[in-house]
Amino acid sequence: MKFYRSHVLVCIDPECRSKGAYEVLDALQDELVANGLIDEVQVLETSRIGGCDQGPEIMVYPEGVHYANLTPDDMAFIVEEHFLKGRIAKKFLLPITSVVDEELSAPTPKEIRIVLRNCGKIDPQNIEDYIAEDGYMALAKVLTEMTPEDVIDEVMKSGLRGRGGAGFPTAKKWSFARASAGTPKYLICNADEGDPGAFMNRRVLEGDPHAVIEGMAIAAYAIGCSQGYIYCRAEYPIAVSTLRLGIQQAREMGLLGQNILGTDFSFDLEVRMGAGAFVCGEETALMASIEGKRGEPRPRPPFPAVSGLWGKPTNINNVETYANVPQIILKGADWYASMGTEKSKGTKTFALAGDVKHTGLIEVPLGITLREIIFDVGGGIKDNKGFKAVQTGGPMGGCLPSEYLDLSVDYEALTAAGSMMGSGGMVVMDDETCMVDIARFFMEFTQDESCGKCTPCRVGTRRILDILDRICAGKGEDGDIELLEQLSQEIRTNSLCGLGQGAPNPVISTLKHFRHEYEAHIYEKKCPAKVCKALIRYEILPEACTGCTVCARNCPVGAITGERRGVHVIDSDICVRCGICQQVCNFNAVVVR
Amino acid sequence: MVKNTTKIPENDPLNNPEIVADIDTIINANRYLPGATMVVLNELQNKIGYITEPMQQYVANKLHVPVSQVHGVVSFYSFFTTKPRGKHTIKFCMGTACYVGGTPQLIEKAKQVLGVDVGETTPDGEITLEVCRCVGACSQAPVVVVDDSVHGRVRPNKFPQVIRSIQTKQNQ
Ligand SMILES: Cc1cc2nc3c(=O)[nH]c(=O)nc-3n(C[C@H](O)[C@H](O)[C@H](O)COP(=O)(O)O)c2cc1C
Ligand code: SF4
Ligand code: FES
Repeated sequence: MKFYRSHVLVCIDPECRSKGAYEVLDALQDELVANGLIDEVQVLETSRIGGCDQGPEIMVYPEGVHYANLTPDDMAFIVEEHFLKGRIAKKFLLPITSVVDEELSAPTPKEIRIVLRNCGKIDPQNIEDYIAEDGYMALAKVLTEMTPEDVIDEVMKSGLRGRGGAGFPTAKKWSFARASAGTPKYLICNADEGDPGAFMNRRVLEGDPHAVIEGMAIAAYAIGCSQGYIYCRAEYPIAVSTLRLGIQQAREMGLLGQNILGTDFSFDLEVRMGAGAFVCGEETALMASIEGKRGEPRPRPPFPAVSGLWGKPTNINNVETYANVPQIILKGADWYASMGTEKSKGTKTFALAGDVKHTGLIEVPLGITLREIIFDVGGGIKDNKGFKAVQTGGPMGGCLPSEYLDLSVDYEALTAAGSMMGSGGMVVMDDETCMVDIARFFMEFTQDESCGKCTPCRVGTRRILDILDRICAGKGEDGDIELLEQLSQEIRTNSLCGLGQGAPNPVISTLKHFRHEYEAHIYEKKCPAKVCKALIRYEILPEACTGCTVCARNCPVGAITGERRGVHVIDSDICVRCGICQQVCNFNAVVVR
Repeated sequence: MVKNTTKIPENDPLNNPEIVADIDTIINANRYLPGATMVVLNELQNKIGYITEPMQQYVANKLHVPVSQVHGVVSFYSFFTTKPRGKHTIKFCMGTACYVGGTPQLIEKAKQVLGVDVGETTPDGEITLEVCRCVGACSQAPVVVVDDSVHGRVRPNKFPQVIRSIQTKQNQ
């Protein structure tokens, strides 16, 4: 085996790739060769390191230095400074804002990394890297020292709940599947992460696949399964190949397959791919999809624990749920349960997006407040604007206004507030966001993704979307709000699966907290946030206009007239509200009314 | 012997013995897997890029499942396509701002440069042209989305540059 003095992890996430990560990687390798360092410094590919919006980025170990915003031309400088002269290339350094503290010793640390602990730190393509971080020790402990009941007890004591959305106690689910009659029993990992803007699971799958594999093996032992499936969405090809490689390596080391670690426990895994249907994240639809059918949900009961994949008892958990398990076994249930609230233990990953300064992935202890996440971890609202709302729970979640900023982020509190935990999407919106438009955006998504099996969901979401479209177009009528409320209730109670039941949530929550915006659209024909195109008009302030003609020249439809050095005017009938004139005006003379 | 109830169009992949060999390899490698239909269709979509109706029938016969089931699966999931698509996709925004901002002229230019119309794929299977709804970058009109990256203010004379970006990407 070769020993390197340094390891460089290059992020090759789609986002970084689009910004030229491969070019940076090639340039780095060329520079290392040119400086005769290629045998001392190992270059590895990994998924997201952290900055997310600051790519291309690299991480250098053992120092743990994080460089971001790189171009191929910067590599010569970095190689010379960092690897030849041993100095940190400060100008590319990304300030580390989060506290990485695994032992929870620091006072109220904002971020704790359990699920993401290895991401960006180890080579996901190499099982030995994972093993060096105590990988597969938990599995060994379970197989040699614990009975399946012990494992379930330990996970029960930890308070771990499902991270895929509903938050069902994980150990309870396992014990149902264990108690269920019928063989064989199957184990499934839900890696279908379909919420727009969510990529927490992808990061784990691509950055630390063995944590999921080990967690599944432990669950399989506790329940008594010998075959498992990881159902991964087709949009994550890197995750699929990383997992397949990981499974292969685990088999070669006797950590999967027959008689694992010389015991009589046998378990094997297979990766199955989805094919672009959001509803397949729902557990019964997912199982239908693995069976090779259309991914349509079916009524429960029977629950998967009784009759799941091919009619056999099946346990299904989310990626993040499984990834927590090895750590719970190794460090103990008490350690895990020391984080979080009374009913929501441990940490949760979120994809923080929208109008916050630092977007990206975070992992925080449950019970943290929304304010801490948005202002301390996320750095507050971008461009010094005001906070308006935060949307959690993905397309079936809800929007919460500023009164809820001090809400504790846990399963019960979020649900009571009219939103939900969901799988971890968190979209922050500033005061220039139109809440009717946001509700319309989410309805568009769910209506497009409804599988069409039941009428309330298929037809109802379409009706709601039509009404919202009308309201945004300035054609809202008296009675629309009441109609929306009635439709929402009907869809919620009469739909078969969580998609239909949750689809009206964005509408219900915005109606609850931002009703005045709906009223302004309908009765005053005004969009208070100045977003809905039909309800705004662009105007030129005569006192500010210098007659430079730049707006008139840039307007795509020729809606602006005026003499050089004379005041210009916009013809609202021609204007398509593209906003170009406002962007190009150097004198802030164009305003939205 | 494989039964065929419909006539296979001349340009169907089933008329190409090499592709049929590929299809057979994929089917044979997976036919005994439980839930083989999805696995086979996914691999066919990846390898060949689309799954025509005759191909669906072929798969159904070989896997001994009803054609209706295979067709049901293909039509349910948006990832499966029945027409060939290119490795790269260029989408032209047809939202209001882009439309008036010059998308039609851009499409004309694209037709000239690539020799195909919207909804079609270049003969080398590289690039598919499509239109899409407003992508929310109206101030950058006209907008072209190449694979996943948004290009704004694309004037017809700048279009060749846009294609170059996917051509370099693919050489890497
Ligand atoms: C429409 C819909 C989409 C879902 N998408 C996902 C998903 O992408 N990932 C996931 O883990 N769970 C998803 N779920 C939840 C699953 O049905 C299921 O509750 C979960 O996988 C159970 O795992 P857990 O107990 O570990 O949370 C979805 C549910 C619905 C109704
Ligand atoms: S609620 Fe909607 S997505 Fe769920 S089964 Fe019914 S139609 Fe399909
Ligand atoms: S109209 Fe093209 S981006 Fe909005």
